[in-house]
Amino acid sequence: MAIVNTNHKACTVNPLKMSQPIGAALAFMGLNNCMPTLHGSQGCTSFGLVLFVRHFREMIPMQTTAMNEVNTILGGMENIEQAIVNIWERTKPAVIGLASTGLTETKGDDVNAYIKLIRAKHPELADTAIVYASTPDYVGAFQDGWSKAAVCIIQETAEPCQVKQVNRVNVLPGSHLTPADIDEIREIIESFGLFAVFIPDISGSLDGHIPEDFTPTTLGGTTVLELRTMGAARATIAIGEQMHAAAIELEMKTGVPYTMFDRLTGLDANDNFVQFLSKLSGKPVALKYRRQRSQLQDAMLDAHFYTGGKKIAIGAEPDLLWSLGSFLSEMGCELAAVVTTTQSPLLEKMPAEEVLIGDLEDLEMRAKDCDLLITHSHGRQMAERLHIPFLRFGIPTFDRLGAAHKLTVGYRGTKELAFELANTFLAEDHEATPDSWRETFQEINTEVASEAQTTCASNGSCSSCN
Amino acid sequence: MASLNEKVQDVFNEPACDKNQAKGEKERKKGCTKQLTPGAAAGGCAFDGAKIALQPITDVAHLVHGPIACEGNGWDNRGAKSSDSKLYRTGFTTDISELDVIYGGEKRLYKSIREVLEKYNPPAVFVYQTCVTALIGDDIEAVCKAATTKFGKPIIPINAPGFVGAKNLGNKLAGEALLEYVIGTEEPELTTPYDINIIGEYNLAGELWQIKPLLDELGIRILACISGDAKYKEVAYSHRAKAAMMVCSKAMINVARKMEERYNIPFFEGSFYGITDTSESLRQISKLLVQQGAAEDLLSRTEKLIFREETRAWEGINRYRAKLQGKKVLLITGGVKSWSVVSALQEGGMEIVGTSVKKSTDEDKDKIKELMGEDAHMFDDMRPRDMYAMLKECRADIMLSGGRSQFVALKVKMPWLDINQERHHAYAGYVGMVELVKQIEQALYHPVWAQVRKPAPWETEVSEVSEAKAA
Ligand code: SF4
Repeated sequence: MAIVNTNHKACTVNPLKMSQPIGAALAFMGLNNCMPTLHGSQGCTSFGLVLFVRHFREMIPMQTTAMNEVNTILGGMENIEQAIVNIWERTKPAVIGLASTGLTETKGDDVNAYIKLIRAKHPELADTAIVYASTPDYVGAFQDGWSKAAVCIIQETAEPCQVKQVNRVNVLPGSHLTPADIDEIREIIESFGLFAVFIPDISGSLDGHIPEDFTPTTLGGTTVLELRTMGAARATIAIGEQMHAAAIELEMKTGVPYTMFDRLTGLDANDNFVQFLSKLSGKPVALKYRRQRSQLQDAMLDAHFYTGGKKIAIGAEPDLLWSLGSFLSEMGCELAAVVTTTQSPLLEKMPAEEVLIGDLEDLEMRAKDCDLLITHSHGRQMAERLHIPFLRFGIPTFDRLGAAHKLTVGYRGTKELAFELANTFLAEDHEATPDSWRETFQEINTEVASEAQTTCASNGSCSSCN
Repeated sequence: MASLNEKVQDVFNEPACDKNQAKGEKERKKGCTKQLTPGAAAGGCAFDGAKIALQPITDVAHLVHGPIACEGNGWDNRGAKSSDSKLYRTGFTTDISELDVIYGGEKRLYKSIREVLEKYNPPAVFVYQTCVTALIGDDIEAVCKAATTKFGKPIIPINAPGFVGAKNLGNKLAGEALLEYVIGTEEPELTTPYDINIIGEYNLAGELWQIKPLLDELGIRILACISGDAKYKEVAYSHRAKAAMMVCSKAMINVARKMEERYNIPFFEGSFYGITDTSESLRQISKLLVQQGAAEDLLSRTEKLIFREETRAWEGINRYRAKLQGKKVLLITGGVKSWSVVSALQEGGMEIVGTSVKKSTDEDKDKIKELMGEDAHMFDDMRPRDMYAMLKECRADIMLSGGRSQFVALKVKMPWLDINQERHHAYAGYVGMVELVKQIEQALYHPVWAQVRKPAPWETEVSEVSEAKAA
């Protein structure tokens, strides 16, 4: 149980947060043959593009409606039309994913109305899905943008299906899951004879594979056909609180019932998940996962010596924070400094005293005597100043390779995380020297001495004074 | 907004920019930023450009006034290095909320400036305007003025919101801000006849430090580098330099020209990429200084140093030349340095099969023609698809470009080298050129290529296996 506070500074210093539109853009990148497009000035797309290139080390398709001062004031209809037509002519995408920015939201462009007009004017666009998400930069954070895009994708494409695919489940993954995480979850689900369609699915598009040919749009991800048949699934699994709204939307539109999993990191969390799948499919848990569970138990036992009592400073978006933070606490760590980016019902449930919606300066101030720092790559300056070990989690991770392949879900991912944590502390282990304890004694001695003095001063009548 | 519009026009009227002068009155009004095509545009905004140009000033607090997008999505992402203060790598932003959008963000900005001064005590704060705050009419100039009076420290408005244009416009608007508010506001403790400014050099990957030892040896002092590894006060007293070198083509030509006009500081345009260019630049620096009153012997000392360094560099390069001779290079700088890199690569024996001239001036293009011959392959706007094809068909052996397009090369399993902003290696001066050639050689002959290009055995032996099965 935590108290959730918001910092009261005017100036954000060393941002932890990123903006909604690029969160939405990343969600669109999980759709196959899609062109994510920001409705705003070109710079917003450029910053987002560079960020994703540096994180995923992949070619990133991302466009802009290229608004300038004048057409912002006049309204963006013409730019959106041109952008859609140009993208359609150049790349023939199956989906165009539009997300607004602070600029166009300030003006108040009614993009949904524009799209209707544009569709009427351009019948050639009939086969191209156009999804629009309203994501002003000055509201919420990255995961909110992702979450809104997911809702809009469902609104735009999901429809009720008469025919059911009995083995199919829809999975709605949060933005905190990596391509590796998604692959792992898919494998677990498939072991029960089910097959999973992820919406969106960045494991197909951003997992770092080498394609045979060049495509200017996304390559891999959820196909439009898969989107249109979401209603045929037997169940929907949402992972991460940020997907709650999308899950409800999908159930309302198609009648497919959903189940929420707030995280898939940790022994308990995975037990619930695997048990759920077993019940859903009517199949027993595969030997492979029984064994993995036992390996995780063993790993936790081996690791607990080193993780117990450690103080952690962690800065992450709510769902990632919940996954990592809960497991850290299950491994006996104390979440001493916790900073996040945006509101979430999970925050007050965090096993910490306080969760602050703030920035990395706030985290740094609270992290002074912590044993470990966990946040995205922007924590690197802070870690240097604090002289504490630093594990990078979340987007952006630009100064380490393999961000897309980092695995923290399932029994296997949790086991790897347990080892990574324990190893980090092991590497910090300092050997004892003859003076290791001297200081402690000195401290105690001076404490005792000063205590004696204050006692004397306060009553002035003890024997040693006389 | 009127004053910003005027400034944008002023920048477009830059007389030293031949590209602009060649245009008609009307065309010039439109400026050097073409109207972008929605759905087919790439590149940073003016704010991005302004920040690139000024953030290398290391002891200043760079405060971005706008929603989280502008700073939050891209802070601490440049390779400009500092020999001292690290404050420039701290991300400051007002991170405005919906309420600020409705009621205006000026108060938040003012409070932010105070917080920054109280907590970090920088010699100055640079305040960057962005799209949303410009649109709602926040007057950052007025806020900065009030803050300067109140707090007694220079608070400098950088009025280059993203939507006024592209990066290069932002570079120039940043330069205008320096001219208006910073340059000429302080005095150096002492001056010498050997003081120069280097304008438009950002010390990426520490490249300035590949040049500085040479200048030190000649007794030439960099009074101010604008803006690589600079301190605020150095820029403020840079008007006392005797001569200036303008690097990086036209990015900050307005600064160089106006400083010549106002403070009689003659400048030349040069480059520290490539051996010949480095020598030429050193010569020009010495020549200008002697013209301005430095002792004559500087010229001969410079020649001596050039001779020694060139010999050394050639020896260095020759070690690789045999392996690089005739290798075909595709050069996509997306920027302004095309020609200086072209000559540098030719020195290594390589052949340039194509280069992008998207942001180059006519003069740049002429220089490229001069170097590569009349039938030089210059691409105005090369699409990734075309680069991909060119590499896949082996019409080039290696691509040199910025980080964004690296995967075009890597996905066809072709060598690639980063020569833009985020690169990790420094390529300036004589040592830098040897380093570049070494890196190219390493990239070309890396053992990884042979491995990743080999198809999986089952892909080539399919027939054998199935034959065996059949038998
Ligand atoms: S285009 Fe405008 S809103 Fe976007 S990053 Fe540039 S300044 Fe910020």
